[in-house]
Amino acid sequence: MAEELSACERRPWVEATETPFVRIKGITKMFGDLAAVDDVSLDIYRGELFCLLGGSGCGKSTLLRMLAGFETQTSGTIEIDGQDMTGVAANLRPTNMMFQSYALFPHMSVEKNIAYGLLREGVPKGEAMQRTADMLSLVKLDGFAGRKPHQLSGGQQQRVALARSLIKQPKLLLLDEPLGALDKKLREETQFELIRIQEDLGVTFIVVTHDQEEAMTLSTRIGVMDAGKIVQVGEPREIYETPNSKYVADFIGSVNIFDGEVDLAAPDLMRVNTPEGPVMCEPMAGLTARQKLHIAVRPERIQLSRTPIEAANTLQGMVTEVAYMGNLSVYRVQLASGQCLKVTAANGLHEENPITWDEAVHIGWSAAASTVLVQ
Amino acid sequence: MSNSKLARRFVIAVPNIWLILFFMVPFLVVLKISLAEPRIAIPPYSPLWEWVNGSIKFNINFENYAYMWEDSLYLNAYLSSIKIAAIATLLTLLVGYPMAYTIARAPEPRRSILLLLVVLPFWTSFLLRVYAWIGILKTKGILNAVLLWSGIIDEPLIILQTDIAVYIGIVYTYLPFLILPLYANLVKLDDTLLEASRDLGASRISSFFRITLPLSMPGIIAGSMLVFIPVIGEYVIPALLGGPDTLMIGKVLWNEYFSNRDWPVASAVAIVMLIIMLIPIMVLRRAQSKGAEI
Repeated sequence: MAEELSACERRPWVEATETPFVRIKGITKMFGDLAAVDDVSLDIYRGELFCLLGGSGCGKSTLLRMLAGFETQTSGTIEIDGQDMTGVAANLRPTNMMFQSYALFPHMSVEKNIAYGLLREGVPKGEAMQRTADMLSLVKLDGFAGRKPHQLSGGQQQRVALARSLIKQPKLLLLDEPLGALDKKLREETQFELIRIQEDLGVTFIVVTHDQEEAMTLSTRIGVMDAGKIVQVGEPREIYETPNSKYVADFIGSVNIFDGEVDLAAPDLMRVNTPEGPVMCEPMAGLTARQKLHIAVRPERIQLSRTPIEAANTLQGMVTEVAYMGNLSVYRVQLASGQCLKVTAANGLHEENPITWDEAVHIGWSAAASTVLVQ
Repeated sequence: MSNSKLARRFVIAVPNIWLILFFMVPFLVVLKISLAEPRIAIPPYSPLWEWVNGSIKFNINFENYAYMWEDSLYLNAYLSSIKIAAIATLLTLLVGYPMAYTIARAPEPRRSILLLLVVLPFWTSFLLRVYAWIGILKTKGILNAVLLWSGIIDEPLIILQTDIAVYIGIVYTYLPFLILPLYANLVKLDDTLLEASRDLGASRISSFFRITLPLSMPGIIAGSMLVFIPVIGEYVIPALLGGPDTLMIGKVLWNEYFSNRDWPVASAVAIVMLIIMLIPIMVLRRAQSKGAEI
């Protein structure tokens, strides 16, 4: 059997080589006067693991619920595999959902929970039980068939919920904060488990999460949402390295933001005047002199030293806080203007005399590390 | 003994003293009378023990219980009471479940108004409300007048003094006892369970029978027992709305006490009724402890 390429190898969103599997066109959902989802358009391809990322109340869950058929859009259309879903009831859609609370039926055994979807579909009992047993081994819960949900740990419940939502082999699986209720260590293990299952089965996943780390690990692409709108869509690296707005830069990872205005658009380097002094960036087309914008600099792109640094941008400051994280340390450096910058530096082995509190330091970063954000 | 220990004992003692005074003592009195012989005297029964020549003499008499077994009236009355209570409970459930379900599904502010409406009849006297049903159900009553006027029937319906009138009275009176525990159960139902059921391909009706109904079973049992148990001993409704054929143990009990003045037999009837009721009470307790588990 020919190995089919996974979505992250095909990258269909780069060049339009295939038709999108899910097409969301101009979807709006009003709750009273409030637009929970505001004119969102989005194409998602077969086999993707797409994350909708945003803070609480940004509309990501509402969008997911519209895909599942629990909410009806005020306007716009949703197409799944070429079929318009408008007016199609939740029980007739080719989607399944994994709920944040898992929503396991408390009066049914694990086995009955998982087989529920098949039996409602009219699959003969023998076949349903066989497929349930297969699914139980896929999620590594053999031997738990007879337990009731309340006799399971959180991680086990999560896997039952996943098995139940996968048993009907849906074309599209919707996951609402699938790892939200697990503790950190279990969450990290489960992330890779989720990717393994997704790749094994070739199902398209749409995951809603507020956890940017989770989104970065899991997804082929991320859609960042804010106030009902999608503000940026891209691969994790793209979102992290070239955020298109202050909101995205701030939301994904940690970042230092400078507010300033364009001083002069030189052909090789661009100067932006900020309260902290001029910041040099790589030139960007379409900017005018004195235009107000933001500069974002990732903490790990900033060098930190006791001695002067040679870089396009250099500043001096005082270390006010050091947080030792093991592999790296996070420093807060207060500038002369009073603004504090976050700087991370990798820790060497048995480092002698590391930079510590109340030391005067030099910091610097390249022009390429200054990301220009117009919005 | 420390102060807090004393306080704790006192707190436990209050309900216990209450139960002993107002439940255990009357029960023992009734038990004692049921073991006596009837007499034309005040009180109308023989004492349980007497002093004869300086020694105590017990007169324990099981005749009353034997008599109840010999006379088929009592057994029939018990069976008929259980039958009427069972049918009435089922009818109350059929009326009450949709009501409790609707209230539990209603949006928050409307929910409290609907609940208030359910308990509103309690603000008037129970007796008055049952009397009001006589006015509605009698041959020349409101119901027949409306039905005759609208042309649905040509002859007035005879409802009053039949079992149907008793059922109507019981369903009407005991509906809140069924709705309230059922509502308390249904309102806790997690909506996402129904969404999950729909998501997995079940229709609304199928989701109701597979998810809502089984999960509301503790509420159904609690509500049904709160109707079934008191209805077995119900006296007022069959006395006012039922006919001479309506045989219920409450009425028999009344007749023994007040018409026959046979206190010992009446007491024996009451004791047996209490024992019969223990069974549904145990069912209720099991349902409640099971409900607490989920």
